[in-house]
Amino acid sequence: MTTSSMHRPANIEELQDFVRASQNIRVCGAGTKPSLSSGAIVSTSGMSGILEYEPSEYTFTALAGTPLSEIRDALAENGQLFPFDPPLVEAGATLGGTTASGLSGPGRFRYGGIRDFILGVKMVTGEGRAVFGGGKVVKNAAGFDIPKLVTGSLGRLGVLVELTFKVFPIPETWTTIRADFRGLDTGNLAMIRLAMAQEELQCLDLEPSGRLWLRLGGLSAAVDGRVDRVRKLLQQVDAGVNVEVLSGTDDVHVWDDAREFRWVPENYQLIKLPVSSAQVVTAEQLLTEAGFESARRYSVGGNVLWLAIPESVGSDEVDRLCQQLGRPALALTGSWSDPQRGPRQGQAFAERLLTVFDPDSRFETAATA
Amino acid sequence: MSAEPDSASAQNITAFFAELSRIYSADRILTNNAQLAPYESDGLTCFRARPCGVVLPETQQEVIDTVRLCHRFEMPFIARGSGTSLSGGAVPIENGLVIAMNRMNKILDYDAEQLTAVVEPGVINLKVSQHVAGDRLYYAPDPSSGPVCTIGGNVAFNSGGAHCLKYGMTSNHVLGIKAVLPDGEIVNLGGDSLESVGQDLTGMFIGSEGLFGVALEVTLRLLPKPEKYYTLQAAYDSLEKAGNAVAMVVASGLLPGAMEIMDRLSMDAADAAIGAGYPQDAAAVLIVELEGTTDEVEAEMPLLHSVIEESGAYIVEAAKDDAHRTKIWTGRKSAFSAVGRLSPDFIVQDGVVPRTRLAEALAEIERLSGEYGIRVANVFHAGDGNLHPLVMFDGREEGALHKAEELSGEIIRLCIRLGGSITGEHGVGLEKRMYLGEMYGEDDIEFMHRLQHAVDPQKLANRGKKLPAATAPALLTRGAHPLEKQGVIFRD
Ligand SMILES: Cc1cc2nc3c(=O)[nH]c(=O)nc-3n(C[C@H](O)[C@H](O)[C@H](O)COP(=O)(O)OP(=O)(O)OC[C@H]3O[C@@H](n4cnc5c(N)ncnc54)[C@H](O)[C@@H]3O)c2cc1C
Repeated sequence: MTTSSMHRPANIEELQDFVRASQNIRVCGAGTKPSLSSGAIVSTSGMSGILEYEPSEYTFTALAGTPLSEIRDALAENGQLFPFDPPLVEAGATLGGTTASGLSGPGRFRYGGIRDFILGVKMVTGEGRAVFGGGKVVKNAAGFDIPKLVTGSLGRLGVLVELTFKVFPIPETWTTIRADFRGLDTGNLAMIRLAMAQEELQCLDLEPSGRLWLRLGGLSAAVDGRVDRVRKLLQQVDAGVNVEVLSGTDDVHVWDDAREFRWVPENYQLIKLPVSSAQVVTAEQLLTEAGFESARRYSVGGNVLWLAIPESVGSDEVDRLCQQLGRPALALTGSWSDPQRGPRQGQAFAERLLTVFDPDSRFETAATA
Repeated sequence: MSAEPDSASAQNITAFFAELSRIYSADRILTNNAQLAPYESDGLTCFRARPCGVVLPETQQEVIDTVRLCHRFEMPFIARGSGTSLSGGAVPIENGLVIAMNRMNKILDYDAEQLTAVVEPGVINLKVSQHVAGDRLYYAPDPSSGPVCTIGGNVAFNSGGAHCLKYGMTSNHVLGIKAVLPDGEIVNLGGDSLESVGQDLTGMFIGSEGLFGVALEVTLRLLPKPEKYYTLQAAYDSLEKAGNAVAMVVASGLLPGAMEIMDRLSMDAADAAIGAGYPQDAAAVLIVELEGTTDEVEAEMPLLHSVIEESGAYIVEAAKDDAHRTKIWTGRKSAFSAVGRLSPDFIVQDGVVPRTRLAEALAEIERLSGEYGIRVANVFHAGDGNLHPLVMFDGREEGALHKAEELSGEIIRLCIRLGGSITGEHGVGLEKRMYLGEMYGEDDIEFMHRLQHAVDPQKLANRGKKLPAATAPALLTRGAHPLEKQGVIFRD
């Protein structure tokens, strides 16, 4: 990101003027996902702040450039949180950038991802028009679901300006369970069992070594009983499993580290691959066969593979993996001709909608290579 | 009776049906009056239109061929599920084709470990949960019409139910959709993972009320069934107290699976229909349901009880067992149809208000009800601020429908004024189109029209629903009521 030529409109009108007068527009928030924001010429950082927050409604509205940390703190003061557990909060990610990237964190296992909690959006389209979609109440079936559409749109449909989300109360207490299984197969089996069980876990992550991370949230009076039940389920998969219970700051650190991707080695590129738990073992095999170094974490009960690879690994390797798994991928860091890799679905539908959002193709997604 | 000339001339119609009969055997093409009658309207019986025919596809290919044929002949069409729409959304297009999806009712794939099921759109909502119950899983969206309505209809309307507060609506439980666009192009949206990359096209398709084409296959997300439910029914001597209790529960940090309120009239209706046995002198009952692991729910119970006591409930009844829980929910879920016992006709409204303005909204509805001299029963998803005022009238009385519609309109506007929505889950359909332009700005409405145009330039798919008539500025529709011209469905 070069800051010298960066435009920072202070309000929606300035942004509209900018869009009408510009071409090849790439948008960025705080730039915490460099592959998605490189070459940006307009930043939302001038449009920041919480506009409305009514805790008893479970909703807030904030400008796109608002740092997630600011909203998280405001929510926490009122005993609430982002149910979709957005990543890179400490790194400085903004609400708009997170929405446009369509990213959720490990805690989305419990209630749903960012697309499940977005309620409303005000945005500027390629014609410089301000468009409002969705609503500001927790339930709304009027109009087309533009808020969902723009989730993950990577700046291609327009600039998000104002967003409304649904939030939930913070559980009274958190507890993390770390379970070390003999290997990936057993760990994955345990993950599948736990995802099907009635334990209402907040997070369910697997490391390739067979280490399973589980998080419980709820009333402190119930914690011990719940931990015991989870322990039993884990032992049913493998009686010899090594189980450790973490609470307090130990619990918090585990998920902060996961959310901030602190496990990713320096100079590695980070890629998101939506998968399913049925593919975990296959994915590991394919990566072994591919022969390059990587660090991995399977999150959300095996619904997403966070893959970190050295910069030396070419995009064709990633494309091959996508092909083999039949999944798309999104690169958050590193150099890419297109951060979106692999098969794309629904293009015929997407292209038609794009003609309305950006008829003159003013917007483009980032490309670094 | 469309304002536009018929899109298909008589000659074309003959050719069209000749082509249709190459796709369907004769018994699956309905054209005579008696056969068409059941398809003329939906759950909102005051709208009616006569289609040129109904086809009963049994395979995806038949649906695709039908849509392509319609496109070739510029024949408007509507996909229809069980016709339980409460907003006129399933009313046919005058002289258009109805594609009845009910025979497309197979569960194509079920993977308990992946917590997914792939279903055809004609599958009945409740059948999904029944199918997966053996693995202690369920499909969360639970519209009261669950025993009859279809997944395709749920997708089209983003339907909800009593348990949306915690787990959301249909769109929060659909991972992927295979659909045929109005010109016959096939698209696969989303997939089978909870996570995705790129725009959320699945989310955009859901709630589009059939305007973006026909869903052929839907991948549903299943959830483990809560181990324990704790269902509590509390009686209040005023509706306001019940409303405030909801706010108090929210403030306590509890996150119940459902919070529902019924007022006196809806209790009377449920009593009359199924002998629900509500307290005779209560002005309102609140149903709160906790759900989760046994440990968690048992820890939450005392907290809930103290909140409810503090809220001024004078009778608090907790479900003793599953049968008791079912009884409480049957009373609540029967309320819509039960109102039929109190009034020959009624209109169900579906507006949403911010939860903090519930009491204000209910007081105003009561005032309006008095002013119009029309009874309004209130049964609603209080946790979401989603009202369901049931506006009662007798259709045989001259002008009664018109007056009821007028009162409904005032209630809808009230929801807009309070910062809410004109519909929480029943969709805009035919009925609420003229209010969409009051909730959204003129530019936003135009944008929606352009989206429809981009996907379906000829407006073949469910033409005339969801969006206000493009030809008339949104504000004009505030004047004359379309029902003044009974039988005129739309001018688009
Ligand atoms: C007694 C009663 C209680 C109800 N309770 C609730 C409730 O609690 N919550 C709630 O949300 N709703 C409720 N409803 C409304 C209604 O049941 C829902 O809107 C339901 O989703 C409609 O499903 P259906 O199969 O009957 O669809 P239909 O009424 O046949 O069609 C509805 C819409 O879906 C479209 N459609 C159908 N199939 C497809 C397809 N395959 N592809 C594309 N479009 C399609 C139709 O074109 C139409 O626009 C209730 C209705 C009744 C009568």
